[in-house]
Amino acid sequence: MIEVGTVLDEHIFYLDRAMLRAYADASGDHNPIHHDEEFAISVGLPNVIAHGMLTMALVGKYVTDWAGGPATVKEYSARFVKPVIVPADQKVDLTVSAIVSEIDGDHISLTLSATSAGVKVLGMARAVVIK
Amino acid sequence: MINPDSVGRTFAGADSVSVSQSDIDTFCSVISETNTTVAPPTFSIRISLSQYESILTQPEIGVDWTRLVHGDQKFEIFRPIVAGDVFKCSATIETLRVAAGNEIVSVRSDLHNGSELVVSSWSTLVVRA
Repeated sequence: MIEVGTVLDEHIFYLDRAMLRAYADASGDHNPIHHDEEFAISVGLPNVIAHGMLTMALVGKYVTDWAGGPATVKEYSARFVKPVIVPADQKVDLTVSAIVSEIDGDHISLTLSATSAGVKVLGMARAVVIK
Repeated sequence: MINPDSVGRTFAGADSVSVSQSDIDTFCSVISETNTTVAPPTFSIRISLSQYESILTQPEIGVDWTRLVHGDQKFEIFRPIVAGDVFKCSATIETLRVAAGNEIVSVRSDLHNGSELVVSSWSTLVVRA
């Protein structure tokens, strides 16, 4: 039974530099902050960071896995509050959870939470799905 | 500086963008999505961002793409994108403000396949001082 307040199971994705390279190719976003450590540090970042849109794509996968496939999403939004930092030769977590925040007919709104290394990386994250 | 006269204007993307099954497969494989019959919900950013880049960096608008950070993103999906879609992408500059020397521009992108509006999206892009 899905009702307002229903909490979805947490899921942990793991990101590494290979995934960032693959996402750069898939998305066409080849900004060096996503693969070149020296460049990333030169512009004031702690290390290479994941594309915000890769984070959003993975959280989107979490949503569509729950809702019943990639055709279920009607609205999806998020603010990029902190970067997912991806050091070389490491896998970093993206830990995702959600709560049902509204039900309107067959439209279900989810309020999403996403953290990496314990830090909140998405703010105001919300999806509306038909399930 | 971004030209303030560009606020409220809609710019048409120069090219039509075709979506192939291979484009969808490549995007899906990154996120381990095995259902490739339709594109994942954030797939359209691939089209919108490249169109934004070509439109917003024109001298009359003046966004410096090398100093760009993505602030937030919203999608409204009227139907899923599928292989064979051919999109015209427009970019409307909705607001422009300056905070702490950073220029914050909010842009709306509409993806039309023929006359059908398939995805609208909104991006807040921050041009760092």
